[in-house]
Amino acid sequence: MKLIDVAQFATDSLRGSLTRTLLMILAMSIGVASVVVLTGLGEGARRYVVGQFSSLGTNLVIVLPGRTETSGIGAGMMSGQIPRELSLDDAQALLRSRAIARIAPLSIGSSQISQGALNREAIVLGSTSELLTVRHMSLSEGQFLPAGDIHAGESVCVLGNKIRHELFGQGKAIGERVRLGDRRFRVIGVLASQGESMGMNTDELVIIPVTSAHLLFNTSGLFRILIEAKSRESIESAKRDAEDILLRRHDDERDVTVITQDAVLATFDRILSTLTMAVAGIASISLAVAGILIMNVMLIAVSQRIKEIGLLKALGAPASQIRNLFFAEAILLSSIGSVVGLVLGEVGVLTIARIYPTLPVAAPWWAIFAAVGTSLGTGVLFSVWPARRAARLDPVMALAG
Amino acid sequence: MIELQNVGRTFIVGDQEVSALRDINLNIAAGDYVSIMGPSGSGKSTLLNMIGLLDRPSTGVYKLDGGDVTALDDAQQAKVRSEKVGFVFQSFHLVPRLTSAMNIELPLILAGFAPAERKARVAELLENYGLTERADHRPDQLSGGQRQRVAIARATSMHPAVLLADEPTGNLDQTTGKEVINLLEQLLEQKVALIMVTHDPMIGERAQRQLHMVDGRIISETGKGS
Repeated sequence: MKLIDVAQFATDSLRGSLTRTLLMILAMSIGVASVVVLTGLGEGARRYVVGQFSSLGTNLVIVLPGRTETSGIGAGMMSGQIPRELSLDDAQALLRSRAIARIAPLSIGSSQISQGALNREAIVLGSTSELLTVRHMSLSEGQFLPAGDIHAGESVCVLGNKIRHELFGQGKAIGERVRLGDRRFRVIGVLASQGESMGMNTDELVIIPVTSAHLLFNTSGLFRILIEAKSRESIESAKRDAEDILLRRHDDERDVTVITQDAVLATFDRILSTLTMAVAGIASISLAVAGILIMNVMLIAVSQRIKEIGLLKALGAPASQIRNLFFAEAILLSSIGSVVGLVLGEVGVLTIARIYPTLPVAAPWWAIFAAVGTSLGTGVLFSVWPARRAARLDPVMALAG
Repeated sequence: MIELQNVGRTFIVGDQEVSALRDINLNIAAGDYVSIMGPSGSGKSTLLNMIGLLDRPSTGVYKLDGGDVTALDDAQQAKVRSEKVGFVFQSFHLVPRLTSAMNIELPLILAGFAPAERKARVAELLENYGLTERADHRPDQLSGGQRQRVAIARATSMHPAVLLADEPTGNLDQTTGKEVINLLEQLLEQKVALIMVTHDPMIGERAQRQLHMVDGRIISETGKGS
């Protein structure tokens, strides 16, 4: 029997019981579609988080004051000292490392910002001109903080997009003055709207030179130092250098925490990948169920078509041929089911992508292979028994029904 | 051509052994017309199935065209069946979802013939059995006589040496039954051995050789020739 005839025969017999065939295809395709959609969602979540992290900046190393570990009672505690602050000089010193490309010190506070009769509360970020590059920000108007002496403390500010519109409406903002606390600042730039990223909304920020921020809030410590390593490879050495430099400057006391964006990113990546796999596993249960359904229906088909099997034997079909015919039906069913399922899944993914445009949903290639593979696999696996049963039927009994 | 030597067939029913065939000795030559008659349960159908290689003898030897076919395995027997044996059944056994043409084509498909050859043979058979206009009808759209004609066409599509008919007129009225018998008897001209199981003495008497079975034994052979 030729392969094409086997396929033709299987197609005919599937068409012969259309309702049954359609139901089986439905079951199979729901299984495949659910794998595609669920892994698509998982993968989307992973990409979303990874994307958010990279929008913070590339090759980023972050220095935080204080050490997040428990230790015994230290000398500092006995003498009533609080953890040493990170100073601007600390930040400057970091530039001595070869692995570090640029740094941006950050100090943070909140203050009233007012222009004429309008005023609101805003988060004020003190930093340097490097912040723009390190933090991947962009401007919609004017310019960013001037480069130059870090200690100068000019009275200039860069406004977040939303604040600019609240204070100035459609009017000109650049060159105008705003009041922050008890000081007046000249607006030199406006940030491009970026929306929220990692919990910080740059649209509602006011950025001023770090020294001005220290004066405004009457502090001298830094909230963070953002470090951009020269390359991806030098992230680790940048981290080590930062630790060493600050250790030396802080009298051999490890009182800062240095984290790399990569480490955080890798952790998230790992968690979300595992999650996606787990979801795929759960979804593939439905594929297994579909497989069992196929087995059940094939077994029924064998007993329904017992006379036909007897006839085929009488017409000279050996057992192997009858087995192949039933196999072909199962393979055909699961193939059609897979294709329909993939289409359904892609439609589902596209629908989700349309409803939540920010979530980059897309089923990873391995999930598509796994879904189709599992569906074909279960289809074949679960038809082994029915096919063997059909092949082994005694033709005399089968013909008698 | 067909040579049965001391063939017996026993079934186990519950814990009892039942002999369906006992000590059958039979020779059938090409072109022979044999009818097998006898009461229900006398082993007529079992004998027919045995000759058609659907059943294996428990004892004895079955030679077909000089070769011992009892020793062949399932696949080899299927091949012999495909090439040498045609079946016609009482209940036609047409595949309900396939058209007349496709039903007739089935043995050719199973045997792996090329489509062009298949089409030619099917067209010829449809013509021979007056079914050309019914080629695209499914069995449920055919009358009983037409169905049996399709079945005979199918049984002869592989040009078998032996045609086995199990009560071929059992589900037909007398007139149609007669037509079917005539069609079957035409095959004798092509030197096909026609072996027919029947209840109907009117039909059985038409055969040259008439075997009478009781309790799994051939008790007598009568006939026009003998």
